[in-house]
Amino acid sequence: MPTEAQISKPPSRTQTVTDIAFRALCQGFTWLVAVIAVIIVLKIVLAALPAIRQYGLGFLSGQVWDPNKKVYSILPEIWGTLYSSILALIFGTAFGVAAALFLAEGFTADAVFALLKVVNLQFHPFWGKLPVQVENLLSNLIELLAAIPSVVYGLWGLFVIIPLIRPACHWLHADLGWIPIFGTDLSGPGMLPAVIVLSIMILPTITAIGRGALLAVPTRLRMAAYGLGATRWEAIFAVTLPTASRGIFGGIVLAFGRALGETMALAMLVGNANVISASLFSPANTLAALLANAFPEASPKDVGVLMYAATVLLVITLLVNIAGAYIVQFTASELEGEKV
Amino acid sequence: MTPNIAAAKPGIPRNPDAEALDPFHGVDFSKLEKSLHRPRTFMSMLFTVIVSAMTLFALIPLFSVLWLLVWRGGRKLSIAAFTQLPPAPLEQSGGFGNAIVGTLAICGMALLISLPIGLLSAIFLAQAKPDNRLASSVRFAGKVLTGFPSILAGVFAYGVVVMATGGYSALAGAVALSILMLPTILLTSEDAIRMVPERMKEAAIGMGATDTQVVWMVLLPAAVPRILTGVMLAIARGAGETAPLLFTALFSNYWLLWHGHLKLMQPTASLAVLIYNFAGMPFANQVELAWAAALVLVVMVLIANLIGQSLASRQVQ
Amino acid sequence: MPSTETASPESNPANEKVDPSVVMDCNIENLYYGSFKAVRDTRIPFQKNAITAFIGPSGCGKSTVLRCLNRMNDLVRGFRLEGHVQFRGQDIYGRKVDPVAVRRYIGMVFQQPNPFATSVYNNVAFGLRLNNFKGNKAAKVEESLKSAALWDEVKDKLNESGLSLSGGQQQRLCIARAIATEPEVLLLDEPCSALDPVATRSIEELMKQLKARFTIAIVTHNLQQAQRVSDKTGFLYVDTSEGSRTGYLVEFGDSNQIFHDPKQKETQQYIKGEFS
Repeated sequence: MPTEAQISKPPSRTQTVTDIAFRALCQGFTWLVAVIAVIIVLKIVLAALPAIRQYGLGFLSGQVWDPNKKVYSILPEIWGTLYSSILALIFGTAFGVAAALFLAEGFTADAVFALLKVVNLQFHPFWGKLPVQVENLLSNLIELLAAIPSVVYGLWGLFVIIPLIRPACHWLHADLGWIPIFGTDLSGPGMLPAVIVLSIMILPTITAIGRGALLAVPTRLRMAAYGLGATRWEAIFAVTLPTASRGIFGGIVLAFGRALGETMALAMLVGNANVISASLFSPANTLAALLANAFPEASPKDVGVLMYAATVLLVITLLVNIAGAYIVQFTASELEGEKV
Repeated sequence: MTPNIAAAKPGIPRNPDAEALDPFHGVDFSKLEKSLHRPRTFMSMLFTVIVSAMTLFALIPLFSVLWLLVWRGGRKLSIAAFTQLPPAPLEQSGGFGNAIVGTLAICGMALLISLPIGLLSAIFLAQAKPDNRLASSVRFAGKVLTGFPSILAGVFAYGVVVMATGGYSALAGAVALSILMLPTILLTSEDAIRMVPERMKEAAIGMGATDTQVVWMVLLPAAVPRILTGVMLAIARGAGETAPLLFTALFSNYWLLWHGHLKLMQPTASLAVLIYNFAGMPFANQVELAWAAALVLVVMVLIANLIGQSLASRQVQ
Repeated sequence: MPSTETASPESNPANEKVDPSVVMDCNIENLYYGSFKAVRDTRIPFQKNAITAFIGPSGCGKSTVLRCLNRMNDLVRGFRLEGHVQFRGQDIYGRKVDPVAVRRYIGMVFQQPNPFATSVYNNVAFGLRLNNFKGNKAAKVEESLKSAALWDEVKDKLNESGLSLSGGQQQRLCIARAIATEPEVLLLDEPCSALDPVATRSIEELMKQLKARFTIAIVTHNLQQAQRVSDKTGFLYVDTSEGSRTGYLVEFGDSNQIFHDPKQKETQQYIKGEFS
């Protein structure tokens, strides 16, 4: 065996032991994450079991919430949660998909480029970069919508949205009050202000995921449409949107999940009244808002009932989020092999 | 959708020989000009206008919120706001100094919990083989948990910490926030490590580095900028959450550090809860303080976001 | 290798006389990726302080064989080797052998230059730190950079990122990094294919100098390069007789003989350029 002034050595005992230990540690922490996820669900469900046994399914169908008389039921909250989320989803999807299309198609960049062309600066080393920078700026601005804390949106909704829409709502109720959605008068917090703020909050999710889905559409498909003489929007409707539709749908489902679980803005804007009404101007309540309001003052007995309500919210949001995550993952991997 | 060349000029007899020599024989080229009178062109432009308008309309709330924060919140900003304790009803001055400290402390503690767990798990996930079921399940669980309702994180922390320790505390609030931070840190760290070019990993393995040495000497140093991005985003989210703190950390009108004692196991103030509490009060002073606190909170969150975004662009590809 | 390793009888199957001038003896009977047989019947001895080149058409398994020598193929799923690779008196594919240890004694330079995202100095010192080198790191780094003919160009920018260098410089940096720990064998996997002709020539010159201190194995698809640089050459070709593409060693010998008087028909055709 040749002898050398050896620099190379096999891994020392410390290195080998550290390697085994660290790898075990990382795997252990991964298991920990899995365990934490399971424990979170179990803890809430198990804490709710006594109340489930006591109140049964009537909890879900009754409409009275009276801690003094020990009568609990959350149908108004379930209604409020679903109604507000679905309405917010409609507005959020409309504007969110529009913004996603706007960003993915690069209209801003085109507009800025056209402007630069007017002053003949479009190929300037400094000004020429403007289209891309404005595009990025716009994209970041939409993302900032998501960065604003929920409670700040609630504050803003209270002092800006409600006074803003009140006159219009009065008029709508006065003139068109026979239509159920305008059935009551807006006395302050209510379904509509909550829905407006909620749609603003979920819009960035739809835009972000939708933009990703639109950008993942292989260029050659769009080029095929243009080659056949399609206008910009004919290509979008015929090719880009259908191809990206599943990804966009995944984003919509995830946004729905966010809306269902949203708490603070709703707690401040929805009115916290245990009422079921189709009217947009009526105050209402959601499961999350109920928890936010009732938990701090709950006696130990009430806590069990609240855990029941929390379980209902947990089940609804988990199902929606799992579906959304699955759709997004599924469509992403489908298009991965396609990208050209 | 293809232009019907042969029918471009009706009435002109078709000449097959001429057409063979010149395929555009008989085509009226004036019809190729772009014109808004054409319905299809007009519709396309109309949609562009509609979509642009909708996007800009969607940005109005952002500017409105920011403007209002600066206008109503800025009015009340002063040294007093940062250094004094929350006022009682009908008191005129006061501030939210303890709330700022509380937010930082609770977020800091939440980070202490979620960062090690998230980072070490991310290292495992990034190195795991594609068919590893533990890795795919945890990754999927992370994606599902990013949308976990924040109020339920509070409910969980209530059940686990508040009921076990018998009272509200900053720790309970930190536990609740860590549940919300963990998925973000986990998923962005894994992405960050995966983005380190494969060839660098190969070089290290070729030199006889153990897996752990590859992680610490090559992967982590290269991935640090993007990992920090994830951390910044997680902090930004945690600082802004109210619901998880409502019945875990509750609120307090006192300082966290008092006479040399760090009161982590007591109800603790936070900016988010202060805004919520004061927003609904019928006292103008409190409402103004809520706006000022909202301004401070949003500035903190925006700075964290911006730092995070600038770090992401620094990572080596 | 850990000192607890003993040269077991199975690591020297034919009990042949061990030729002291052969540093590494590669004997591949069959090499599989899953059920795909990638290489068969390839026996190559590596002479000390000589440059041994592998040539052959693409897909014939040259890189696969090279990567067998430092157990880099272990990273590919389903990899299985029937045969043995003798190094330092043992079969590096023995059951108790730690591949991490094997790689410490063998350096590898890859097709794409791959310096780490750290300073030039830290790149070269990487192997020294890995092996807990207690001597003067700065001196060793300078020595390696000089041996790699890179010192003059980077001596003022040791703290700059390795990625800021040009392609040819990066590859020389990778060579400096590999030789800093003085491995016995240096494996070069098409080291010049991502470089321009000028950088290529400088690396070829470098190889001829390094030969005095190291045993070198190089995979190249550039026949002229193999001719210029190598002492021994092995020609690999693809066997499609069983329905899949399996590489095998057609001919091995002194480079002069391979290039000017090839014995096998396939070798003659390849040298003449009838297929690539």
